[in-house]
Amino acid sequence: MRKEILDTTTLDQEGLKKLDAYIEGLRGNKEEQLIHVLHHAQQIFGYLPKNLQWYIANQLNMPSAKVNGVVTFYSLFSEEPRGKYTVSVCMGTACFVKGAEKVLDRILELTKSEKGKMSDDGLFTVQDVRCIGACGLAPVVTINEKVYGNVKINEVDDIIRRYKRGDQHAS
Amino acid sequence: MRVESLDALKKWKSKIPSTDTKSIRILACAGTSCLSSDSDLLIERLKEQIEKRGLDTKVELVRTGCVRLCGQGPLLLMEPEEIAYVKVHLDDVDEIVEKHLENGETVERLLYTDPKKNEIIKAAKDMDFYKKQKRIALLNCGSIDPWNIEHYIQNDGYEALATVLLEKSPKDVVEIIKKSGLRGRGGGGFSTGMKWGFTLQEKSDEKYMICNADEGDPGAFMDRSIIEGDPHALIEAMVIGGYATGAKEGLIYIRAEYATSIEPLRKAIEDARKHGFLGKDIFGSGFDFDIEIKLGAGAFVCGEETALIHSMEGLRGEPSTKPPFPSQKGFRGKPSTVNNVETLANIPVILRKGAEWFASIGTEDSKGTKVFALAGNVRNIGLVEVPMGTTFREIVFEIGGGHPEDKDIKAIQIGGPSGGVITEEFFDTPIDYDSLNSIGAMMGSGGMIVMDEDSDMVEIAKFYLDFTQDESCGKCTPCRIGTKRMYEILERLTNMEGEPEDLERLRTLGENIQSSSLCGLGQSAPNPVLSTMEYFAEEYEAYAYRTKKTKYSIDAEKCIGCTKCKRVCPTDCISGDVRQVHVIDESECIACGACYDVCPKDAIIKP
Repeated sequence: MRKEILDTTTLDQEGLKKLDAYIEGLRGNKEEQLIHVLHHAQQIFGYLPKNLQWYIANQLNMPSAKVNGVVTFYSLFSEEPRGKYTVSVCMGTACFVKGAEKVLDRILELTKSEKGKMSDDGLFTVQDVRCIGACGLAPVVTINEKVYGNVKINEVDDIIRRYKRGDQHAS
Repeated sequence: MRVESLDALKKWKSKIPSTDTKSIRILACAGTSCLSSDSDLLIERLKEQIEKRGLDTKVELVRTGCVRLCGQGPLLLMEPEEIAYVKVHLDDVDEIVEKHLENGETVERLLYTDPKKNEIIKAAKDMDFYKKQKRIALLNCGSIDPWNIEHYIQNDGYEALATVLLEKSPKDVVEIIKKSGLRGRGGGGFSTGMKWGFTLQEKSDEKYMICNADEGDPGAFMDRSIIEGDPHALIEAMVIGGYATGAKEGLIYIRAEYATSIEPLRKAIEDARKHGFLGKDIFGSGFDFDIEIKLGAGAFVCGEETALIHSMEGLRGEPSTKPPFPSQKGFRGKPSTVNNVETLANIPVILRKGAEWFASIGTEDSKGTKVFALAGNVRNIGLVEVPMGTTFREIVFEIGGGHPEDKDIKAIQIGGPSGGVITEEFFDTPIDYDSLNSIGAMMGSGGMIVMDEDSDMVEIAKFYLDFTQDESCGKCTPCRIGTKRMYEILERLTNMEGEPEDLERLRTLGENIQSSSLCGLGQSAPNPVLSTMEYFAEEYEAYAYRTKKTKYSIDAEKCIGCTKCKRVCPTDCISGDVRQVHVIDESECIACGACYDVCPKDAIIKP
């Protein structure tokens, strides 16, 4: 096993304290609540690096392979650091038939990133997501919490440019 | 305040101030779709203005769940006349307050225009979209404030529970549900009463009542709307289900993508506890029941009941073989009942109005209503609840208003990644579980996507397969490898690198995966491909024989040289001067269709 996986000193110690307190407060069978713990950890740390998974496995007294099995099974858990803005392009059917794939390709091109990988400038992680249930607005793109509905391909440039400049609130 | 008896509940209900004292009630939609168009800011502003102008004595503002006509959001319904204001913007608030609330005038410019007849329609009840709908599962959704338990009580909430606990045996309840003919709305269509009966007959010290709120089908959002719009109905149904099957613990497994749905649900659970509808000795009957929320983490396969149970146990959400069924060995190895959200939402209504009433609605073997999420190339996008037996034509053309530009509708996809396509020859088929199965589709959870003549059916099939092969949990080989191989063949075809033999390969592979996969995901994964192959064989052949045109071009006869297409082209592959015929460089064209959308002369030729 690589050493850095076992090294939890590089993790934010304040964050670990918060996580400990959360785990401490759980009632009932803690192993059964692994998914909730992982959600919480991802909220604190932004993603789930291997050493954090190792830490969680120890706290819950379970094999780290099992933790990693769960992390890699579910699409919402990320082992990779994420950009400042998570751009999610909905790939639900309604969005797909309205051209979501082209919107996604254009965004990847503009952010110079690969799907699911943080862009080099640390600004964006672009991903496709499962139907977010806002089919009335298809195609839909969300950037962090903000929802963009009825996105047209020629509007994408403008939206991404605004985030790059940091004035995403201008409409 | 704990409610100890049916009388106490009725007393509480009678004491809730009636809204009749107020002359106007505004139902403001805060469903997901409307929220993403900033309806929360709109509601905030309305509230401010109503208070500021001292209108709160005559106006009641209700923040409701989904009002269903999502494509026209944000929506405001003004009662008593049910005047619908659509696509309301923040800037419209002052005018609404001044004209409608203060002077009793209608704000004409915010009314809905029937796109088909080009007529302005004032009241929601007169819209084709609402006229044919019948609400059972969505009964309160969009009419009450989901955050306020009193609204639910006012609409006969928890009365069914009281009656059940105080007057009926678990067996009676199972019999009523069996008699009603209710079948699972999550896809399979299994009899809910029978499912409950199986768990009831198991002897065990622990049993579980599980609500499957892992609405994973792309294009379906009815469960989300119920959870957000009428959470107490779900809670009431779960307690009833717990009583009927002998479970004391309830679990709601909800996908984490639905973060906004979880808050109203948590609040509803807390309120239900506070009033004694959850917890110990409910209604003084001696029956204890409580509910816990379990979060998913993004895995489609968790909609399968055994996978869902494993996920709730903190494991990878992989399915296991049945039998044993969850009713025998489910959560923690104990007998468990898994019901979908929409199924449960029917339960309190059935118990209030009777099994006979419910069974009188629908078709011979499919009773009640079904909620469809209508989306895609259709005018009215939103949730549609209709009696079973309604035809596709009624839903898409009457309720949905047909295609936005009156193009031909080529197919309707139903049942998401597990379903198939319906072509025009079946548009008059009455929809129920069995009629859909007989034409190679399935109800699924009720996502209904309308596709027009421009949709490429091979691409659509590829889209679904991309979804299922990605979501395949990997446990069984036919699904894990088979769907991947099918996807590769489709990719080869759409890249114009395929060969005619690929079609036979796709079919054989598909049939093998259907018959040999472990769970519903794999067994149904080939459906979108096989069904489009059956009805749109020529589209597959065009790819297989490489005769398909894939780039856009310009009709020189029609082009007036307005330069509009040139300006929107994202790859700058259109050339031509003003008032000269434009030309598309096909080697650079990415077929995005932007030029097609802006051309005023229909001069762009689609591939």
